[in-house]
Amino acid sequence: MIGHRVVDARGSFCPGPLMELIAAMKQVAVGDTLELLSSDEGSARDVPEWVQKVGHVMERSERDDARVWHLFVRKAK
Amino acid sequence: MRIVVVGGGMAGTIFANNLARRLSSELKAGKARITMLSASDKHIYQPGWLYVALGRMTPDELEREEASLLEPEIAFFVDPVQSFRLGESHVVTRSGKVHEYDLLVIATGSRPVPEDVPGLKENSVHCYSAEDALKLHDRLQAFTGGRILVTVGLPHKCPMIPLEITFTMHDFIRDRGLIDKTEFYYTYPIGRAHSLENVATWASGEFAKLGVRQETFFNLKEVDGAKGCVRSEEGSEVKYDLLVAVPPHRGEAVIEENKLGPNGWIPTDRYSLHMQGDHGEKVIVLGDTTNLPISKAGSTAHFEAEVAAENAAAMVKTGRAARSYDGKVFCFIEAGKDRATYAMFTYQKPPEPRAPNAAMHAFKMAYNQLYWASVRGLM
Repeated sequence: MIGHRVVDARGSFCPGPLMELIAAMKQVAVGDTLELLSSDEGSARDVPEWVQKVGHVMERSERDDARVWHLFVRKAK
Repeated sequence: MRIVVVGGGMAGTIFANNLARRLSSELKAGKARITMLSASDKHIYQPGWLYVALGRMTPDELEREEASLLEPEIAFFVDPVQSFRLGESHVVTRSGKVHEYDLLVIATGSRPVPEDVPGLKENSVHCYSAEDALKLHDRLQAFTGGRILVTVGLPHKCPMIPLEITFTMHDFIRDRGLIDKTEFYYTYPIGRAHSLENVATWASGEFAKLGVRQETFFNLKEVDGAKGCVRSEEGSEVKYDLLVAVPPHRGEAVIEENKLGPNGWIPTDRYSLHMQGDHGEKVIVLGDTTNLPISKAGSTAHFEAEVAAENAAAMVKTGRAARSYDGKVFCFIEAGKDRATYAMFTYQKPPEPRAPNAAMHAFKMAYNQLYWASVRGLM
């Protein structure tokens, strides 16, 4: 069964949204999608960069009215 | 009100002492009762393990009897909880004793799990226990030259350790006259040298001056001890002569066994610090045990414990909580050459670390002793 999990990293400076995503990625199965919530401007840049480097799939990213990024990443391996 | 604190580390001890002082008259009158259940009769100042690894402190300096740190009104038992029965508002300990509560505080902490990365436990050293710190010290003393590789798993306790261990080991090797025969190679999981951007910028500048090589976007996949190399999830392979790890961590096994949270981290409300989900109104989670996206660090545990104790006391006295936790964290950063700096931040306010200096290092050395006053809730 394909899962979907939210990682709420709003307001995280240390360890920060990308580190939270990487740690959470170890806990889910291949095919699952993680939705990372981030209030950090840099996440829209550094999350896709890491996803591409490691070989997962960046499904989409969007920003809501509260200026929170929602980044959807599928575990591919 | 019956308050049961599970865990005798920094968060549990500061919470219990702070609350005992605030409820002094209620405790004497029998209107409140504080019970602490711990797995050990000892209290360890864990940040001191870094100095043990460097030969600057010995393990006995970092240890006190937990009972000696607690306010006398607190009932303390070395009898760890095995079963959390939140629906019935009680816990059951290893000895079989049942403790009922009106408020439960879970502060069981975290543990390194190098075994989660194939080959890491067998082939690396770290400083997340007194025994391991002594092993690291032995390896540094026996080192005769080659590459020292620093590698970082996620999540981990103490976010400054990757930098601190690198800078301070560099000093140690330089003082042994081996710096010309040694290459330091620093790896980090994201695209810069530290999670805090301005700290990363500063650290990379220091690395350049010291000749420390760095590789970013390096997440541990496996260690090949036979070939003496580490492979990353990103496809890189780096050889080592001495592998110094910041291993990945999990919460305590009892949390997972009781299905309170994946990997031992309990889902926690970031402001109230109450457990999320069923029965959370009677359960507070503190320190490393939370799943909050903030540093797993002693200062986090300290500031959370103060807020939680104020709220618990206010509930007893007025029936309402006093305030929210604002995400405050304060971390010292040892920068080598007897210099240090710090990073302080909240959910709303990013850190603005200053350049390292000798005074901050002296303060950190002083804090290593002041800790014993701090954990009693005296500062």
